[in-house]
Amino acid sequence: MTVETERPLARDDQEQRTIRLVSVGHELDEAERIASSGDAVGAISIADEQVVFDLQSLSCYYGAFRAVKEISLRVPRNQITAIIGPSGCGKSTLLRSFNRMNDLVEGARVDGRVLYHGVDLYADGVDPVEVRRRIGMVFQKPNPFPKSIYDNVAFGPRVAGFRGDMNELVEQSLRRAALWDEVKDKLRSPGTALSGGQQQRLCIARAIAVEPDVILMDEPCSALDPIATLRIEELMHQLKENYTIVIVTHNMQQAARASDLTAFLTMGEDRAGYLVEMAATDQIFTRPQHRLTEDYITGRFG
Amino acid sequence: MTTPRAQAISNAELVRQRLTGGAGDWRSAAFAALLGLLLVVTLGVLAWLLGVVLVNGGPTLLARGLDFFTSNLASRPESAGVAQGIVGSLYLMVFVALVAFPLGIGAAVYLEEYAHDTLLTRTINTVVRNLAGVPSIVYGLLGLAIFVVALGDVLGPGRTQGRSLIAGGLTMAILVLPIVIITTAEALRAVPLTIREAAFGVGATRWETIRSHVLPYAAPGIFTGTILSMARAFGETAPLILVGAVVGGFNVSYDNPIEQAYGRYTALPTTIYDWARKPGTFDGNTYAAIIVLLVVLLGVNALAIFMRNRFERRW
Repeated sequence: MTVETERPLARDDQEQRTIRLVSVGHELDEAERIASSGDAVGAISIADEQVVFDLQSLSCYYGAFRAVKEISLRVPRNQITAIIGPSGCGKSTLLRSFNRMNDLVEGARVDGRVLYHGVDLYADGVDPVEVRRRIGMVFQKPNPFPKSIYDNVAFGPRVAGFRGDMNELVEQSLRRAALWDEVKDKLRSPGTALSGGQQQRLCIARAIAVEPDVILMDEPCSALDPIATLRIEELMHQLKENYTIVIVTHNMQQAARASDLTAFLTMGEDRAGYLVEMAATDQIFTRPQHRLTEDYITGRFG
Repeated sequence: MTTPRAQAISNAELVRQRLTGGAGDWRSAAFAALLGLLLVVTLGVLAWLLGVVLVNGGPTLLARGLDFFTSNLASRPESAGVAQGIVGSLYLMVFVALVAFPLGIGAAVYLEEYAHDTLLTRTINTVVRNLAGVPSIVYGLLGLAIFVVALGDVLGPGRTQGRSLIAGGLTMAILVLPIVIITTAEALRAVPLTIREAAFGVGATRWETIRSHVLPYAAPGIFTGTILSMARAFGETAPLILVGAVVGGFNVSYDNPIEQAYGRYTALPTTIYDWARKPGTFDGNTYAAIIVLLVVLLGVNALAIFMRNRFERRW
């Protein structure tokens, strides 16, 4: 589906307060000031109850280096939100702040807030393990465990203390990841023996086996051929009925094809990534509000 | 107009002359020959050593046969054997396995998986690396000071005067500890970060990630390292001399392992050392014992190499 500007995403009749989704909240330097065509950035309205993530002036640091600068944006439920931008602009860092995956990186920290259904993920007392159970992740390079296909899918539910029918859960997860028909006769063979595209779908099956709320995808197709890429994109389209998906991609065609909303990041003089604009995908690609966005999507830089 | 170069390229006979008439790369050939010579010299020395050992020890080993392995230390060479040495060495290995492996593997897991990258942990890593290169006699002195003298009343009471098998075993365990830590840390580091992220990504805790993924995938590398550290301990002599292994065989029966651990002992390398100091009549025994030691060490190292090639994972 497409999302139009100035129309609330929520289609129920509840009170729909419109919220300005994005603002460029940092000081533009002189070059950016010239490049920008005024202060107009894409503004989308999302009803409050549809907001899954609400980032408030989020900055991410690695030691003294600020990789992401004061990003504020909202991610709506059951949509595919794409994050695009040139290499090194902090897309992956931003994505990994959504499920505290950057906790694992020595010296990484954040400023600002990441509200997930209203709860700040970085507040005291928040258990990052529980966060990652709800907010799953698919990585750039397929990374199945060197174990059987079955054990790859079953690992998450096992550590989560799943007590139901594991065989059924594994089958259902593999079906949802559109992999079941290809692997149903070899569930005991190693996941690493599959093709790259199959491995990535196995990783998606592994992620959805713990029944998360959100699936984060960090350039999931960058190691795949075009046919495998299309399969993943079709799969994402099916998955968004049940999950909220945030995908980082360096492939603009992929963002245009597969996402509902697009956030465009670039980096400033200090190499810190910041949000230029975020809007419905078709608007970003047909009527970008910002010169930098236009230059990027037309291939003039990046 | 045709240039000489164009002629040379188009004329088949000239091309043939140029391509085949060269003097060749004699520098490379000379260098390769030199390297080959160095290899021959190195291997030659080793082969010569091995030859001397085999020539001098082979007849004794063949003549004594099984008797050599089942006989205890004795004053007459015809009846002296390596039984106590082998049992003592195996005992030491048990101590290494029981003490050094849990401590070393645990320390490595902590340093690699839990500890933050601070100045302190970096210092510890450097120190551990340097400890692995400390001469073994220093560990012998450490063992002498701590396990024999300071803790002698506990570890080797009575007539043992502290020079007990436990003291020797603990000294050996400390000796190989840095090696165990380093090889384990390397094996853990070889497990890619992406695997850890995958486990964390589905909601595993750090412990679940380590137990279910990191340790199992690193296990072949850890085993290889532990086997090699066993081999190191098996062949070490100097520290054992300091902590008292050479004074002789077990002074208690084989039947009571606990009592044995508190008593005096010998090990295979110290048996060799002991015999080598005796006048010429023990020469055959000495060389025969060296053959036994070499065969054990080669076997252990071969096992380690086999395990590494067979089970180690390529990422």
